Amino acid sequence: MKITREEVEHVAHLARLNLTEDEKIQMTRDMEAIIGFADQINALEIGDVIPTAHVIPINNVFRDDVSRPSMDREKLLRNAPNQENGCFSVPKVVE
Amino acid sequence: MGYEDYEIVMGLEVHSELKTNTKIFCDCKNEFGGEPNTHCCPICTGMPGTLPVLNGKVVEYAIKAGLATNCKINQFSKQDRKNYFYPDLPKAYQVSQFDLPLCYEGEVEIEVEGEIRKIGITRIHIEEDAGKLNHEIGGTLVDYNRCGIPLIEIVSEPDFRSPVEVGIYMEKLRTILLYADVSDCKMNEGSLRCDVNLSVRKKGEKILGTRTEMKNINSFNFAVKAAEYEAKRQIKVLESGGTIIQETRRWDEAKGITISMRTKEEAHDYRYFPEPDLMPIITTDEQILEWKASLPVMPDVRKAHYIQDYGLGSKEADILVASRKIADFFEAGANASKNPKAVANWIISEVYSRLNEDEKEQGTMPIKGEDLGNLVNLIEEGTISGKMAKTVFEKMWQTSKSPATIVEEEGLKQNSDEDALRTIASDVLNTNEKIVADYLGGKEAAIQSLMGQMMKATKGKANPKMVIDLLKELLEAMR
Repeated sequence: MKITREEVEHVAHLARLNLTEDEKIQMTRDMEAIIGFADQINALEIGDVIPTAHVIPINNVFRDDVSRPSMDREKLLRNAPNQENGCFSVPKVVE
Repeated sequence: MGYEDYEIVMGLEVHSELKTNTKIFCDCKNEFGGEPNTHCCPICTGMPGTLPVLNGKVVEYAIKAGLATNCKINQFSKQDRKNYFYPDLPKAYQVSQFDLPLCYEGEVEIEVEGEIRKIGITRIHIEEDAGKLNHEIGGTLVDYNRCGIPLIEIVSEPDFRSPVEVGIYMEKLRTILLYADVSDCKMNEGSLRCDVNLSVRKKGEKILGTRTEMKNINSFNFAVKAAEYEAKRQIKVLESGGTIIQETRRWDEAKGITISMRTKEEAHDYRYFPEPDLMPIITTDEQILEWKASLPVMPDVRKAHYIQDYGLGSKEADILVASRKIADFFEAGANASKNPKAVANWIISEVYSRLNEDEKEQGTMPIKGEDLGNLVNLIEEGTISGKMAKTVFEKMWQTSKSPATIVEEEGLKQNSDEDALRTIASDVLNTNEKIVADYLGGKEAAIQSLMGQMMKATKGKANPKMVIDLLKELLEAMR
């Protein structure tokens, strides 16, 4: 299946990636290969195979609803590029 | 053409925070407020390398909410990632549910102007709440205390046709969630909020118009006002030859208008995919039956019971079922009493006037339902008068003592001893010759004065009905 340059740009935008021209060409090729692989799987006869929602066959992994102390705020904010008044400070965003 | 030529079509997405002890994927406290970022850990702040583990109570509460709204349960359910970039979600995705929500195809009945309307529930799924952003000059401050609080999203069918219905439905849903005991539903703390999707079309038209979405409305009143405004706005646009843009709009309460926030287009390309860090959720029949059995009788059922078996009016029944605690209180009183309707009247007039909204919901009050039932019985049996009962009730409220104890201690028992009353009545007639003459002369109102003398002589304890009968009997005998 052919992947267009526009599709690459669209997906890159959704993922907030700035790609160079060379990267866009590379990505187009890689995505075509990935889709091609998916096409191979699509071509298989899998009527007898039960669909799986997860690669590991384990279900119902639950925690008990018991609280434990949260992390010390200072520690939590230690790696934040910016902090202010006990908050993570990020470039201004307005929806 | 005008407004009346259009039909409004609305659907609601209601978000409700579940009342678990901890967050959905980590052990941090699920608690409103707090100093910024003090209910946080590496998991709920999306630190690299952390793994979520689902809180089992979230599944239980979500399924209970589904059962309470007549939903079917997906016994095989999974979680998915909804990808978007916004700093209120530190992972750059929200764990939600896409194609296999826990609950689906439910129904809630609402009563609009005496008519029953059914609102379809498309689905109920679980997801994590986002953090809080505070926009300051030059930057945005992020508090992740709310991030990871478990939510259920209750998505309705586009079954609403008027803004009024939206308000009634929200109220109803809130009552149901409170009955099911899965959410606090505190609107002022944002634990119940809704998005309204609204479009308009000419009456008779089959195809839906382009819709707009109004997000995060945290009051029933605002939801109704926002819907009213938005419907008018859309009709105006269409009438002047314009087209509706599919977009998110914000309700500005101060200005009373909706404001465009952003166009949807790409913003809603969420690229959902199965969450690889969390395992599927499988629910057994036994588990579902057990949760179903643990739910209390729902308000609709109770209302029908009060009307049919206790002879209450629809309005009175509505007032009593609005709070599960009050409904339980009423039922305890009704069961203890010979006159359930009188118990209802006492609650609506005397109990309600002493409680604020919060106390009504929590059912925090100093008296027991049984005691109110017994108080009503004391009146029915003639032990105390209706007037005296008010005094006893006041004392019950102050001391939490039973009505019988108060009547005994305060000596409030009504005097219904016929012989004793007859003697007093004779005395009263003998010492009030003029009044007696007036009565016999045709002034029937004069009996009230004699009645007053009787009450004075018995310190207000004489059974009023017996006194009137006795006085009349004695007076007639004197003719």
